[in-house]
Amino acid sequence: MSTDYHKESFFTKYIWSTDHKIIGLQYGITALLWLLFGFILMMIMRYQLAYPESPIPIVGALLGDGGLLPPEMYNSLGAMHGTIMIFLGVVPLAFGAFGNYFLPLQIGAIDMAFPKLNATSYWMYFVGSVVMVTGFFVPGGAANSGWTSYPPLSNIATTGQTVWLCGMVFLITSSLLGSINILATVIQLRTEGMNWMRLPIFVWVQFITAFLLLLAFPPLEAASVLQLMDRLAGTSFFMPSGLVVSGVALSNAGGGSPLLWQHLFWFLAHPEVYVLILPAFGIVVEVIANNTRKPIWGYKSIVYAVVFLGFMSFIVWAHHMFITGMGTSMSSFFQTTTMIISIPSVVILTALFMSLWGASIRYNTPMLFALGFLPMFGIGGLTGLPLGLAAADIYLHDTYYVIGHFHYVVAPGTIFALFAGIYYWFPKMTGKRMNETLGKLHFFFSLIFMNGVFLPMMAQGLAGVSRRLWDGGEMYAHAAGVLYLNEVMSISAWLLGMTQIFFIVNMIISLMSKKTGESNPWGATTLDWSATTSPPLGHGNFEVVPTVYRGPYEYSVPGADKDFTPQNEKV
Amino acid sequence: MLELLRYFGLPTFSASTQGPAIDNINVLAHWLMALLFVGWGAFFIYTLFRFRASKNPKANYQGIRSHFSSYLEVVIGVIEVVLLLGFAIPIWASRVNDVPKGPDAIHIRVVGQQFAWNIHYPGPDGVFGAISVDLVDEVENPIGLDRSEEFAKDDIFTVNQLHIPVNTPINISLSTKDVIHSFTLTELRVKQDAIPGMEIPVWFEATMTTDELLEEIKGTAREGRGFEIACAQLCGLGHYRMKGFMTIHEMDGYEAWLAEEQEYLSEEEEDDWEDDWED
Ligand code: HEM
Ligand SMILES: [Cu+2]
Ligand SMILES: [Cu+2]
Repeated sequence: MSTDYHKESFFTKYIWSTDHKIIGLQYGITALLWLLFGFILMMIMRYQLAYPESPIPIVGALLGDGGLLPPEMYNSLGAMHGTIMIFLGVVPLAFGAFGNYFLPLQIGAIDMAFPKLNATSYWMYFVGSVVMVTGFFVPGGAANSGWTSYPPLSNIATTGQTVWLCGMVFLITSSLLGSINILATVIQLRTEGMNWMRLPIFVWVQFITAFLLLLAFPPLEAASVLQLMDRLAGTSFFMPSGLVVSGVALSNAGGGSPLLWQHLFWFLAHPEVYVLILPAFGIVVEVIANNTRKPIWGYKSIVYAVVFLGFMSFIVWAHHMFITGMGTSMSSFFQTTTMIISIPSVVILTALFMSLWGASIRYNTPMLFALGFLPMFGIGGLTGLPLGLAAADIYLHDTYYVIGHFHYVVAPGTIFALFAGIYYWFPKMTGKRMNETLGKLHFFFSLIFMNGVFLPMMAQGLAGVSRRLWDGGEMYAHAAGVLYLNEVMSISAWLLGMTQIFFIVNMIISLMSKKTGESNPWGATTLDWSATTSPPLGHGNFEVVPTVYRGPYEYSVPGADKDFTPQNEKV
Repeated sequence: MLELLRYFGLPTFSASTQGPAIDNINVLAHWLMALLFVGWGAFFIYTLFRFRASKNPKANYQGIRSHFSSYLEVVIGVIEVVLLLGFAIPIWASRVNDVPKGPDAIHIRVVGQQFAWNIHYPGPDGVFGAISVDLVDEVENPIGLDRSEEFAKDDIFTVNQLHIPVNTPINISLSTKDVIHSFTLTELRVKQDAIPGMEIPVWFEATMTTDELLEEIKGTAREGRGFEIACAQLCGLGHYRMKGFMTIHEMDGYEAWLAEEQEYLSEEEEDDWEDDWED
């Protein structure tokens, strides 16, 4: 599949490329830009929340109305921030970019199983993402019914919602193609000797993630089409009869159920949460194994926990819906499954903590981000506990406690892991090193400001402040005691934004620096490092396709001549 | 732990019969969280310090041999079972199954709409009058009450003003005219989504009057602001201002309020009558 590409034009090399590494980079660059965009939307929202009566600086000029942010626009920003961060940012970066680039290298494959499908998947994503943001330019602005798009609100919303649904159809199709590809690649293209229990954890998590995407997304794709029909063709899949909106009785046929959408949506969106976190686990395991210079503690228990987590993630979805009027038996079922799914997460986290015992820890930038991930994800996971107990959720549901909870999981959690991955694999992708001082500044300031944004959210949530409020809760008496936190959080958020300049500058100067000429600077054991040059060869990856003789994390093997023994080293 | 949660923001009063139980399960869950976090955190910081490369240049291939972590997982599992069976499920069962139906309970309909709470009382006959979508008039008759129907004549409705007596079971039938809203009484630890096409029972029993609340919050940031109804679910551009007010009376105060409303109603009817006469 590689040898007949001799003279490649710019177009086939960089645009319609079928090389998994180029596609990985395409995914990575696109996703990082969207992450930045989603972050900017959030910074505007945070201005509104801190100073509800003042015009928005800089971008205010675009808003008209004296620079004030109208409530419907705040709702658009919220819905788009959520959608962009998840579907345009984190998933494409974690699964599309890291999965594409490193999974074939780690299993000794010369490319993905279906290279053309791979390119199609990226371009579907690209088109979907562009469609998604064109919503800002249609009358009424972008979708404004939350990233959850609950009908009937979304059914009667402005045109932006139609654009959102069309965007989702592309994005879902892209993920389906990507997941089939990862599954086929892992099953078919493992090199000689790479049996299942020798796979790096990173490969395992990508494999399970692919299953989740493959099985969870089709219901949402169907649901999106049904909602499109409700909006455009006058059907009533999600609408009962007898509704009166702004004094006007709706003429729809009725007979549908708004809860049907919620079930279909969360049937996807709960596994989606694991799509956001599993690749992060994988990256963190790779980085921790490498920088503790010892095997990961409990490799098998991690693998089983990840597989079990994958299965369980399909039967917890309705814990997002306790307050919709659920009876005792249904709520008991979903509470129980939710408590059960917390156990494998505890297993994984504990295994990572235990891995530190007896280590020889190197504190480089990737390791700092990976270590930072552990307690931050810990907070995110632990705060999920009261939300999973329906009785406690009565009070906490739809408050800022929830916003704090899942942001701990995805922001100082997943985003830290993704940064760890970028710092760790940058030398592999470019043959260059990133600057350590800038990297460490990036880490420490990010850690401080992340907590500055999200910890106060817990306090607001405990006080009962609802999410998605345009004025940050100013209307309500119960918010009076915690209102001042809005400014604390907003300032932290902007400083967090400024901190990312360390990263951007580091990226630029590192890209301009000279190649170091080392192919395995971290002394790593997995095939991506031990069997390829940095960067790896164009089509084909390996000079000699490697054979695997041992497990993925053979560090500090007693009696070995160096403190790492690569998977492909024949002793 | 309750004190800690209160320090962080949880209201210091829990003004309904089920409120303390809900606070309690939150306290228990946060104990478990705190123990795990402190336990992991202490281990984490200790290892980061003790096993730094400069201090420990050669890593140990074996690492920890103990299976302490398996016990930890079992213990967490057991605690979760206790939380579920001992607290979460019974509280929930009481919430959805113990809806008071008897004559002592006060039955009120609450109808959410963009962006207000309509409150509907059955009046002295104790029966809600008929409702029809076609009669909805946003100014005069937001719930579409059919005044010509026999049970409807004495019905009272208000917008954003919920009045209830203290220490009396309240049974609210919650519905919505348009989109999903979420009926939230933060101080009473009550929350229930209003779903289009459904009428969902919500019940509670307040344990504190508005006067007592106002006394309690003297000197705090919310001084002078009584009970409110919040909307917790995104329901459109006015979601942030979908706020109602709740006044909790002693029983006689409540009855006086009802009588007063009844009086307004009959005055209005007379007015209507005179209007008709003049035409
Ligand atoms: C790192 C900095 C981030 C900050 C400071 C931040 C801040 C916020 C804020 C202020 C809200 C609005 C809350 C409201 O109005 O109720 C929000 C909502 C949300 N965020 Fe973030 N966010 C960040 C990163 C992320 C990431 C990485 C993701 C996902 C991977 C994410 C996903 C969401 C989602 C799904 C919502 C809910 C949107 C909705 O209400 O429909 N955020 N975030
Ligand atoms: Cu509402
Ligand atoms: Cu609302």
